[in-house]
Amino acid sequence: MITSAPEQANPVGHSAGGPPAGPTPPETATAIELVRITKRFGTGSRAVAAVDDVNLVIREGEFFSLLGPSGCGKTTTLRMIGGFEQPTGGEILLHGKDVVGTPPNKRDVNMVFQSYALFPHMSVFENVAFGLRRKAVAGSEVKRRVGEMLELVQLQGKDRRRPSQLSGGQQQRVALARALINRPRALLLDEPLAALDLKLRQTMQIELKSIQREVGITFVFVTHDQNEALTMSDRLVVMNEGHIEQVGSPREMYERPRTRFVAGFIGTSNLMTRSIASMDGTTAILECGAGERFVVRDAAALGAVPGGKIDVTVRPEKITLGTEPAGGEMCSLRATVTNVVYMGAWTQYAVRLADGAELTVFIQNATNSEDAAERGAEVWLGWDPAHSLAVAPQ
Amino acid sequence: MVRRKLMGRLAPYLLVLPGWLWLVIFFVIPVIAMLSLSTQTGDLIDGFTQTFHWQNYLDGWNEYHVEFIRSVIYGAIATILCIVIGYPVAYWIAFRGGHRKSSLLFLLLLPFFVSFVIRVVSWQFMLADNGIILEPLKAIHLLPADFHILATATAVVGGLTYNFVPFMILPIYVALERIHPEVMEAAGDLYATRRAAFRRVVLPLSMPGVFAGVLLTFVPAAADYVNASILGGTDQTMIGNVIETEYFTNTNYPMASALSFILMAALLIGVFIYAKVLGTREVLDMAVA
Repeated sequence: MITSAPEQANPVGHSAGGPPAGPTPPETATAIELVRITKRFGTGSRAVAAVDDVNLVIREGEFFSLLGPSGCGKTTTLRMIGGFEQPTGGEILLHGKDVVGTPPNKRDVNMVFQSYALFPHMSVFENVAFGLRRKAVAGSEVKRRVGEMLELVQLQGKDRRRPSQLSGGQQQRVALARALINRPRALLLDEPLAALDLKLRQTMQIELKSIQREVGITFVFVTHDQNEALTMSDRLVVMNEGHIEQVGSPREMYERPRTRFVAGFIGTSNLMTRSIASMDGTTAILECGAGERFVVRDAAALGAVPGGKIDVTVRPEKITLGTEPAGGEMCSLRATVTNVVYMGAWTQYAVRLADGAELTVFIQNATNSEDAAERGAEVWLGWDPAHSLAVAPQ
Repeated sequence: MVRRKLMGRLAPYLLVLPGWLWLVIFFVIPVIAMLSLSTQTGDLIDGFTQTFHWQNYLDGWNEYHVEFIRSVIYGAIATILCIVIGYPVAYWIAFRGGHRKSSLLFLLLLPFFVSFVIRVVSWQFMLADNGIILEPLKAIHLLPADFHILATATAVVGGLTYNFVPFMILPIYVALERIHPEVMEAAGDLYATRRAAFRRVVLPLSMPGVFAGVLLTFVPAAADYVNASILGGTDQTMIGNVIETEYFTNTNYPMASALSFILMAALLIGVFIYAKVLGTREVLDMAVA
């Protein structure tokens, strides 16, 4: 099979819990490094920073996603790596070499475009062979490698078709094959699955991931779909309004969001802003009603002081519902159930706290299908203090 | 019930009926009448009678083949000049026009708001031997005193090129405009230099526009008589001028009809060969677009 990228010790699993965007661990080489990259559109006072002072390290052989809402600068960042946009400041290091100013055809990366951008006047074979032909690879070699590539993306026998004769999913594979055949040091993918319907998109997610494992090439994947980013990536970055919110593994991003934006963007979140009653070391004890308890560990780092405010979130599946306070060290709040939605594998509860805050709770239907509480019931919410997550405000 | 069903089935045909009537009355019948006229003999005063005198065609060709060939050559040169001038203009508007695209296209069509003949006459005025361009140049002895442009092949071909270049620019523009910017970026991404990206991607994708432009330019240019009669001299007579003279001056209607049919046949055969050689699909694709 195709072996192009240098051998990876372990391209998938890597040390979790490292500081976000921190220095690269010595055992994994850096594929792409962005140093204080800025891109402004327009001039003078009307200039808008699409990407603002971004530092990012993408490791060799990893599946790395740029995630964020539209207009967050993720596509602009990708296009700067590809050479289609020039940054107004900063450096882009591809394998240690600054490539700012180098045109796309001189960069050792290839792109899969959102529109696929296949050449409509060429056959599938000629589309895939395009890059090799430009590099004057011998005809027999071109034939062999195109054959291999079409096999990898499961398009054997379609080599004489025109792109217009293929389905969306097949066009997508041609676009992938056309880029991968050049054995780039990194493959850039700009929302490649956005145009596919849900079913096909899920199939392609799995396929894309397995192709990435097979070829071992660094994939830089742009998406606005958090599910896609979570399920496919080794690591991802969440961007918002041109800056980085957080970098980490999917688990880190979900289990330990650092900012209010990340907590809200990835998964369902119960974001609250509450007052701090007192501090016990680094743990913040929040103001509560009688018998209630709400503590947040490691809050001091975010500047929590007695009498101040703190942004805190609890994931819905970490919360339990009960008729009694949870007791002990557990966080425990009184609430009223306002809605119950049976979802099959779990039941989703909407609850209202005494101060009016609306929270969501997921209870897995593990042992029986009896609902834990009825609409209108008075309940006690409980969760481990480890799941009270302090997040930075906007 | 039955009647409504019948009406439903007839409706599409009834809707195209006005179009068909128009074509039959103003195209099919005149063509048949002209075909009939082309084999008649006689004159305007005694009237023409149908004698199936096919000799008219042979006479026409023998007498005027020089003008036929000249028309084709002038039309071809004008068409090539239109491509050379029009392609860069279309390319520039399509890819560098930005938000001014519509204004630029409007400027391109602006001369069309002035009558065709008036435009050609103004060229005659500008290119006159002692006109606003040549006189000053002659006064400072940059050009010899007997230098002239009017009544030369240059003037006629120049006039044809000027008048038909928008018909070349517009279809090429449409073809270029339809190329997705990411397709050109993809060529660059796949190691194509700017030149290779143009040759391998942009040019092939714009060819349908060029094909359409050639048809829209060559056919009317080869059949044109206004440019030759206003900007040309006696040595630049084109077949259009001959037909006009035969019809209006000599009132030799059969000869004029026969010449018209020779021209029509020649152009049709030319167009079919052209479409066959360069790919009917592209030409048709473009026509549909």
